Amino acid sequence: MRELTAELRQGVTIPRPERPRRILTPDATAAERVQSEDPIRQPPEDAVFRLQDVGLWYGAKHAISGITLDIPVNRVTALIGPSGCGKSSLLRCLNRMNDLIPSARVEGTVEYHGADIYAKSVDPVEVRRRIGMVFQKPNPFPKSIQDNVVFGAKVNGIEGSSREIAERALKQAALWDEVKNDLKMSGLELSGGQQQRLCIARALAVQPDVILMDEPCSALDPIATLKIEDLIRELVKEYTIIIVTHNMQQAARVSDYTAFLLAQEHGLNGTLIEYGPTNEIFTQPREQRTEDYITGRFG
Amino acid sequence: MANQSIRLRAGGAVARRQLVSRASRYFFLGATVLGVSILLFLGYETIVTGASRLSLDFLTNYPSRFAEKAGLRPAMFGTFWLMLITIFTSIPIAIGTAIWIEEFAPRNRLMTIVKINLANLAGVPSIIYGILGLTIFVRFAGMDRSLLAGGFTLALMIIPMTVIASQEAIRQVPPSLRDGALALGATRWQAVRYNVLPNAIPGIMTGTILSISRAIGETAALLMIGGFTFIRFDPGPNLVDFADPAAFLAGLNESFTVIPIQIYAWSIDSRREFQANAAAAIIVLMVGVMALNLLAAVIRERFRRN
Repeated sequence: MRELTAELRQGVTIPRPERPRRILTPDATAAERVQSEDPIRQPPEDAVFRLQDVGLWYGAKHAISGITLDIPVNRVTALIGPSGCGKSSLLRCLNRMNDLIPSARVEGTVEYHGADIYAKSVDPVEVRRRIGMVFQKPNPFPKSIQDNVVFGAKVNGIEGSSREIAERALKQAALWDEVKNDLKMSGLELSGGQQQRLCIARALAVQPDVILMDEPCSALDPIATLKIEDLIRELVKEYTIIIVTHNMQQAARVSDYTAFLLAQEHGLNGTLIEYGPTNEIFTQPREQRTEDYITGRFG
Repeated sequence: MANQSIRLRAGGAVARRQLVSRASRYFFLGATVLGVSILLFLGYETIVTGASRLSLDFLTNYPSRFAEKAGLRPAMFGTFWLMLITIFTSIPIAIGTAIWIEEFAPRNRLMTIVKINLANLAGVPSIIYGILGLTIFVRFAGMDRSLLAGGFTLALMIIPMTVIASQEAIRQVPPSLRDGALALGATRWQAVRYNVLPNAIPGIMTGTILSISRAIGETAALLMIGGFTFIRFDPGPNLVDFADPAAFLAGLNESFTVIPIQIYAWSIDSRREFQANAAAAIIVLMVGVMALNLLAAVIRERFRRN
């Protein structure tokens, strides 16, 4: 029990990396879009993703529209909003997972390090191996732990012994100590939280640059959730992380920037309502709707 | 309050519903008993009639005018080679089709029509496939009444049902496995090869074996394309010719008979002794089908464990 509370406390008091308090620094490109009271405040850091007027259609349904957003490098950016606001859809636009839905169509431009990932010449496989993804429900393959981790690395032709690749990724995902003696065990025999960290290790083994997380803790208990959140804070030193979450506390705990999305009318057109540093969004939102959502008045 | 204890004996609507529930149990038990006992009776009858004829001679003799000298040798050779041809032509085509439809094909109206018609094709009577085989393979392609023509005809017959069973097995694989692989930068084929297929193989095997079991017992289609009933040589390639591919493959152009055709021929013979031969041949065929099913179960379990 003492261990448990210590763990909980540790989870709450993760040292936050220094983050800019002032966001209205006159960054050349971002500043043009920023007005002093504009609820959308593009971060001053270098952008990994630069979204310009991005929209998404599922057949005749306009799921999201008009999203203009810069995702800063080596930061955690949280996408929050009520169910059906399009935050998961937006996330899946970033690694072209929406390609797998035949009726999906993306408009606007999504630039990744300056390259339009929806350009004709772009191969989605090249995009996805640079931009890893962790899903809502842990989805380890029905293979051994080691085979799970090395799968992505092997299909992408990454050299090295399976054992070493697995060890490195599992250490990064803070799972190594728990599984180092059971690498041949099926990944399905792990607990939910371990499975999710296995999925994170699997994504890391491909040596991505960005990791997308689609509600990674929604199927986990609070302790497993805290472990993942600690891990996110650790990983952001080397990676850019974008996380979709339903849990406002989680967004407040792990993210540096928060984007609040809302469907304009019932079930239609998710749009970006407010975007900025997490501490500002959660303490002094500029939009009434953001405040209503954060304080639990709807959603 | 003690004397106001609630009544928990079933009464009124609950009693009626329970009555229906209990009755249903006996109805389903009755259905099972009826089906199984008919099967057992048929099996018993066959064994009683045919067991006395089962012997090594029966398996190694050629057909004869004399029931006690007649054997199943050419029919067994024919069935063996025919199944080999059928399996090697139908399985790759059927599984490949299923993979394409489920994993690669565009989702449009044309594909919907194709899928519906696959189901229709699986329901077409086998004699129709016999006519098709006669027209295409025997006549048009000039294969004559050969093993090859027979094997292709049976392959044609079982492809639709194998495709449907394989599609079903592929669809059972959770989409999260496919998405997980694709999100790691796997190509479509890598996701299919390493994540979808290994998990679909048990189901594909089951469907495939059911199809082959149907082919191994097929009579009508083969009678149509002219399987012979009285053959005094071993159909199919001679194993002695193994070093010479041309001679080996020439064996596939020979005419043939198979066990079900032999059973049919013996059972329509008016003489009682030949009926016993038919029963004995049925036993041989049954053992063959059961061995196939066992093999399928073993393969399935091996894949399931990995």
